[in-house]
Amino acid sequence: MTAPAQVGHAPAITLRGLGLSMDGQWVFRNLEGLFPAGRLTVLLGGSGIGKTTLLRLMAGLLVPTVGAVAADDGLPLTGRVGWMGQNDMLLPWARVEDNVMLGSRLRGEAPDRARARGLLEQVGLAQSRAALPASLSGGMRQRVALARVLYEGRPVVLMDEPFSALDSVTRLRMHELAARMLSGCTTILITHDPLEACRMGQALFMMGGDPVRLSALPVPGDAAIPRAVDDPALLSAQADLWRRMMAA
Amino acid sequence: MVTLLGLVCVWWGIARWGHVPPYLLPAPDAVGRALWRQRALLGDSALTTLTETLCGLALGVCGGAFLALLMALSPGVRRWTMPLVLLSQAVPVFALAPLLVLWFGFGMASKIVMAVLVIFFPVTSAFSDGLRQTPPDWVDLARTMGASRWRLLFHVRLPAALPAMASGIRVAAAIAPIGAVVGEWVGAASGLGFLMQTANTRFETDLMFAALLVLAAMTILLWWIVDLCLTRALYWVPVQHAQ
Repeated sequence: MTAPAQVGHAPAITLRGLGLSMDGQWVFRNLEGLFPAGRLTVLLGGSGIGKTTLLRLMAGLLVPTVGAVAADDGLPLTGRVGWMGQNDMLLPWARVEDNVMLGSRLRGEAPDRARARGLLEQVGLAQSRAALPASLSGGMRQRVALARVLYEGRPVVLMDEPFSALDSVTRLRMHELAARMLSGCTTILITHDPLEACRMGQALFMMGGDPVRLSALPVPGDAAIPRAVDDPALLSAQADLWRRMMAA
Repeated sequence: MVTLLGLVCVWWGIARWGHVPPYLLPAPDAVGRALWRQRALLGDSALTTLTETLCGLALGVCGGAFLALLMALSPGVRRWTMPLVLLSQAVPVFALAPLLVLWFGFGMASKIVMAVLVIFFPVTSAFSDGLRQTPPDWVDLARTMGASRWRLLFHVRLPAALPAMASGIRVAAAIAPIGAVVGEWVGAASGLGFLMQTANTRFETDLMFAALLVLAAMTILLWWIVDLCLTRALYWVPVQHAQ
């Protein structure tokens, strides 16, 4: 139960003078940032500030008006990004295993059933591989979604509040699973939850201000994640984060 | 069921004690006797109407699905064909029926065309709405996975549209017989509509009622079978039981 999905070389991601204009309004412009390679970066910020939009730009779902999102190895990011959204996005008609292998089907490749089963075993869902999503709990569904993104084997994983709909204890368990399975990937995680940010972040950015900027926050501890929930350093970092978020 | 029995009782009461002549309202037992006496004729007629209905249903559903797919793939097709589809609904089929009989003859073809015309709009618009309402999250996910347009359509948008399509098919199953019967009414040599019309002109009201009963039973049975098949086929859609 250790090896994460093989991801190839995980690049660092740089935002260079990134700007996006929608309906004649700048969502943000001249945005600069560096998300370190092979690390989990947490992105915080108030609602409507443009975090999801930034993530969609990085995923190639939107095209920037100016500037660029670039990988430090000089190769394009297209085809190297895995996506996990606010809801699990499981297809209700497909069995768990087929949901995990969705990417293969959509690319017209032969599905790798052994790999899907291995991943389901690693997320603790070996028994449920033939189940329909409707019969699973929220936590189980999100674990299927995690297996699906791992099946893609992408070096960059973008996560938009993937655990926000889960209850607290399930969320803590998902942190452990995600930290283990995504180790080695360049992961960017949007969250509103300071505890999640402090447990999972190997780099932290706060998005906000006018004009919108990304400001780095101190990392609450060493690189080993997830950090223990009862770690005093984590608790004080969490309190500090609460203060910043209230002030923002 | 209780409501139905109640209605039959009221009907019986009116026919028995209401001083209504039998050529206006035959009693249920008279209708029952007509049903039995003319069973061969009713069976033949029902078979004709059923064949027309099923052919119309099959053609209308396939045609509607095909057009909805074209519309989903190309906004241009949608812009140009949607007014025509609307037109097929806006013109009353009764007005078109004589024309269609003139063009397609007294045989089954004109009735099948009528049934297709009647169901084309609900089918196409339900299919097309279903295809347009793919949850955007799924489309995003598929795009990050490198899906082509066709595979996205086939693996995500089409299955996601199936519940909406099923509603369209249910409506079609319920109204397709109307098209067939209206066609028969205007000009035919067999079928329940034809039978009703001839019975009507001969004041054989009991036979007319019997034909009506057969038509109602056929429509309900058809809807029920279609509903059952669709519910089975769409196994992931939660079944809503009537309260």
